[in-house]
Amino acid sequence: MTPTYVVRRIGFYTLICAITLFFAVPMLWIASAPFDANPGLGVHWPDWTLENFRKTFSHPYAMHSMVNSLLICVTTAVAVTAFAALASYALSRVRIPGRDALLYGLLLLSSVVTGTAAMVPIFVMMFQLGLIDSRFGVALVMTGGLLPAAIFILKDFVDAVPKSYEESARVFGASTLQILRDVVIPVARPGLATIMVWAFVNSWGNFLVPFLLIRSIEKQPGPVLMQTFTDEGGSVNLQILPVFALLFSIPVVVLYLLVNSRYGFRFHGGIKS
Amino acid sequence: MKPARVRGPAQDVAGLGVTRALGFLAPALLLIGAFLVFPAIWTIYIGITNYRLTGLEAASPSIVGLSNYTKALNDALFHNALWLTLLFVLGSAIIGQNILGFALAWTMRRARPAVRRTVEALVLLAWILPSTVVAYLWIAFFDRDTGTLNSILGTQGTAWLIDYPMVCLILFNTWRGTAFSMMLYSSALQAVPPSQLESARMVGASGWQTLRDVVFPHIRGHVLTNTLLISLWTANDFSPFLLTKGGPNHESETVPVYIYNVALQGGELGYSSAISFLLLLVNLLVALLYLRLLRKRS
Amino acid sequence: MRRISRMSRLAVLGSAALVLLTGCLGSSDSDSGDQDANRNADAKTVELTIGSNSVKGGKNSAGATWTQDVLIPKFVEAQKAKGVDVTVKFQGDGSDDEVYKQKLSLDLSNKSGPDLINIDGIWVGEFAQAGYIKPLTDTVGDAAKVDGWDGWTQIPESVQQLGMFDGKRYGVPGGSDGRVLYFNKKLFTQAGLPADWQPQSWDDITKAAQALKKLPGVTPVQINAGTAMGEATTMQGVLPLLVGTGATINTDGKWLGNSTQIRQVLDFYKSIYGGGLGDPVLQREAKGRDKSFAEFAANKIGILLEGDYFWRSVVEPKEGVAKMADRDTAVGYALIPASKPGGGIKGQNFVSMSGGGAVAINPNTKFPQQAWELLQFMNSAEMVESSLDGAAKITQRTDVNAKVLAGDPMLNFVATKVLPITQYRPGLAEYPKISAALQQATADVVGGKSTDAAAKTYETAVEAAAGSKDKVTSN
Repeated sequence: MTPTYVVRRIGFYTLICAITLFFAVPMLWIASAPFDANPGLGVHWPDWTLENFRKTFSHPYAMHSMVNSLLICVTTAVAVTAFAALASYALSRVRIPGRDALLYGLLLLSSVVTGTAAMVPIFVMMFQLGLIDSRFGVALVMTGGLLPAAIFILKDFVDAVPKSYEESARVFGASTLQILRDVVIPVARPGLATIMVWAFVNSWGNFLVPFLLIRSIEKQPGPVLMQTFTDEGGSVNLQILPVFALLFSIPVVVLYLLVNSRYGFRFHGGIKS
Repeated sequence: MKPARVRGPAQDVAGLGVTRALGFLAPALLLIGAFLVFPAIWTIYIGITNYRLTGLEAASPSIVGLSNYTKALNDALFHNALWLTLLFVLGSAIIGQNILGFALAWTMRRARPAVRRTVEALVLLAWILPSTVVAYLWIAFFDRDTGTLNSILGTQGTAWLIDYPMVCLILFNTWRGTAFSMMLYSSALQAVPPSQLESARMVGASGWQTLRDVVFPHIRGHVLTNTLLISLWTANDFSPFLLTKGGPNHESETVPVYIYNVALQGGELGYSSAISFLLLLVNLLVALLYLRLLRKRS
Repeated sequence: MRRISRMSRLAVLGSAALVLLTGCLGSSDSDSGDQDANRNADAKTVELTIGSNSVKGGKNSAGATWTQDVLIPKFVEAQKAKGVDVTVKFQGDGSDDEVYKQKLSLDLSNKSGPDLINIDGIWVGEFAQAGYIKPLTDTVGDAAKVDGWDGWTQIPESVQQLGMFDGKRYGVPGGSDGRVLYFNKKLFTQAGLPADWQPQSWDDITKAAQALKKLPGVTPVQINAGTAMGEATTMQGVLPLLVGTGATINTDGKWLGNSTQIRQVLDFYKSIYGGGLGDPVLQREAKGRDKSFAEFAANKIGILLEGDYFWRSVVEPKEGVAKMADRDTAVGYALIPASKPGGGIKGQNFVSMSGGGAVAINPNTKFPQQAWELLQFMNSAEMVESSLDGAAKITQRTDVNAKVLAGDPMLNFVATKVLPITQYRPGLAEYPKISAALQQATADVVGGKSTDAAAKTYETAVEAAAGSKDKVTSN
């Protein structure tokens, strides 16, 4: 136990402490405000009450919007994972002309276009397709927006999967489909799970797309509903908002915990050595 | 012994064939084409008109050619937005998230599992919470009168979001996005051969030297990938709006926020589309720079 | 080579698809020609949608609840008695007004959207210019039918302006409101000021503020400034002051530029915020307006310029967002004075500004005659009164006001004393930009810029918004 060692250890733990606090402290509001009879914007020891929860549950649209969010985001996550998996495998294993340019081009587009800029074109297109006021339409648009990045990330992942397994399977006479189903997918499962969570998280918080495309308030997902927790003049209703924020965050956290415990949440990997 | 190359040329080891490969690509490309490429092209078209959603120009928009673009290039507010976006990306992504993410990945390698899990959980929680929720958390944190930051520092009455909006945003975005970098570096570090780390330690190399000579060459590609992704995401990030709405007097109006303000508050869709296209070009430049750096790898 | 031909085949297919899509998406702004106003007039099965930026449990929850639970069932019942089977849907929303406007515009520009649309009075102009709404007489087809409605006699001329553009009626106005100066009687007593304070000029306001300055921890005056509060700065700040100097923002089709009156207003802002009589930092906060409410309720602000919304929903003792249990005794209200007696618009001693919304008929509705029936039904004395649900609020009908406001002295005050002297904003497409320029001017002045510099910047912005210099007056 040399002095440098002790100093190093103390430094290490101080650093960890500082970082932990940095990440934890801003989250305190969501732990205190929902239970506070007099919630404010600041964090203070709450005046414990469950009244805010009662108010939120009796709100006509609040809880149902979480169901809408689930519908939309599960669809999006599944679609993104499935299509991205197919596409990234193809791009990784097969020489397709223009592959790199395509990938980067799409990645760039997806970063910029999924904002207010493309609002009008997306709206008009969905209108012509008859998909206004449709949760499925919202899922479609979000899937399209998330796919490029998903393919980009997954392709990196698939590239890192050693080809030896597939080669051996081929040698043993397995058909392509069998290889994909029994060799590639099991190995790639952590990556697929990660992408699914990533897609879910990104669509869970999306406000603009459902706001533009959905008209019936009963079909709106959480983020849009959160905007409506105001009074007549637009002042924020702090009795419902914190509670809803807390409740709304639970599904994503649960999903992450589930996936993390089963597969480990990683963006790279291959065989666990 | 040759180090295992994880990224080889494309080899069709499962016998997919080009046709089926294209078939695999088709659903994704279809969706992307319809909901991404097509609106993007249309947006470019709108960018050369003076289309508005209300008023006379809504009923009969006219093509104004490149005048929206010349307007943007001469627009002081647009220059302001570009500069602020640069600061934002540099501060919170290239420096903030990268360094913090790497530091966490590096130090957590040999931490006790309990510590590691807690820290990772908190960092990821920051990333997972929906943006609207996170915005409120930070508005509460920075609040002038009762905010937690002021309580901790004892600086009651300092209006952080008003006086130092960019600093707040950089802090916020670092907090928000570090999780991705941390996870990426964590996986990348696993690929560094432990034997080399051992040899470095035995030779008595300092931590810094180990990082520079052993670790970095292996993860260089990852550093570039990570930096590219988080830069793009940060440059196009809309969350600053949720915290400051563009800041007191445009002081924190990054380009996405500027586009939003021009489109939704001013109603000038033609102009905002032109700006979006310019943003796309900037992104393209950044990506090309990245590719150039990647090619220089070997 | 085989591979290349495969790629090019795909490319051809792809571009063909694109062309198809473009083709069917092209002509959404071509005029389909005037439709027959009497279409479906005799239909026995009718479907209507009412759209409004309100939602149960959120923004304007009372309005949304009334529409869904009272208006719609009653209308359906009344129609059933006539043998018509009507389904009325309510399309609520709860977002920021600016954003809602764009969303509604998207719908209207694609010839869809609700049949009855609730819009802010200041959108009427731009929607009319865009062709999104048409004069009521055109949509309903029969001028006598529209102008002959007895409701018009109960709605004051000035309030009817809310739904008018270019001299034509586009919609029926909803309620209106008025702005006054609120003051904290307790703080006034402490500062030695009268409890029945009624300033006669801007100097009186400044004097009172100086007295309040002596109280520790108290911000004497809050007059909205800066860009963070958006339209609230213009409506509860600049415009009431401006009409107090005798000018309106738009006269005879010309916008007010760098004129003496604008500089007067900016000077007043400077004297307040530069002289320590106001809180400049509050004007820049994202939630500044909400905070100003909380501070007034906490007895930390002496004088506040606000609308009757403040009395009804903010400091309201039971349900207000910043409730004051002693509102009726502690909160005083006074007319906003002109800059000096007789210096206001039309030579008035006191001035105010009002806003409000209107309900228009979507020109692409399938059932214009029935939509007009619903519109009249909505604005009948009985329905307007029921929409208040016992609360006191200023409605568009004088007969309902006389009945309902008798018990609330403050609202009665607004209805009888403020509405007659009030002004409305011009419902022109450029207005939002002009408003933004006004907000920016106040932001500049509060931030330390000189009045001259701020006024010059303001005029440049107005010229850009108006399109040409000769749409702007200056002196």
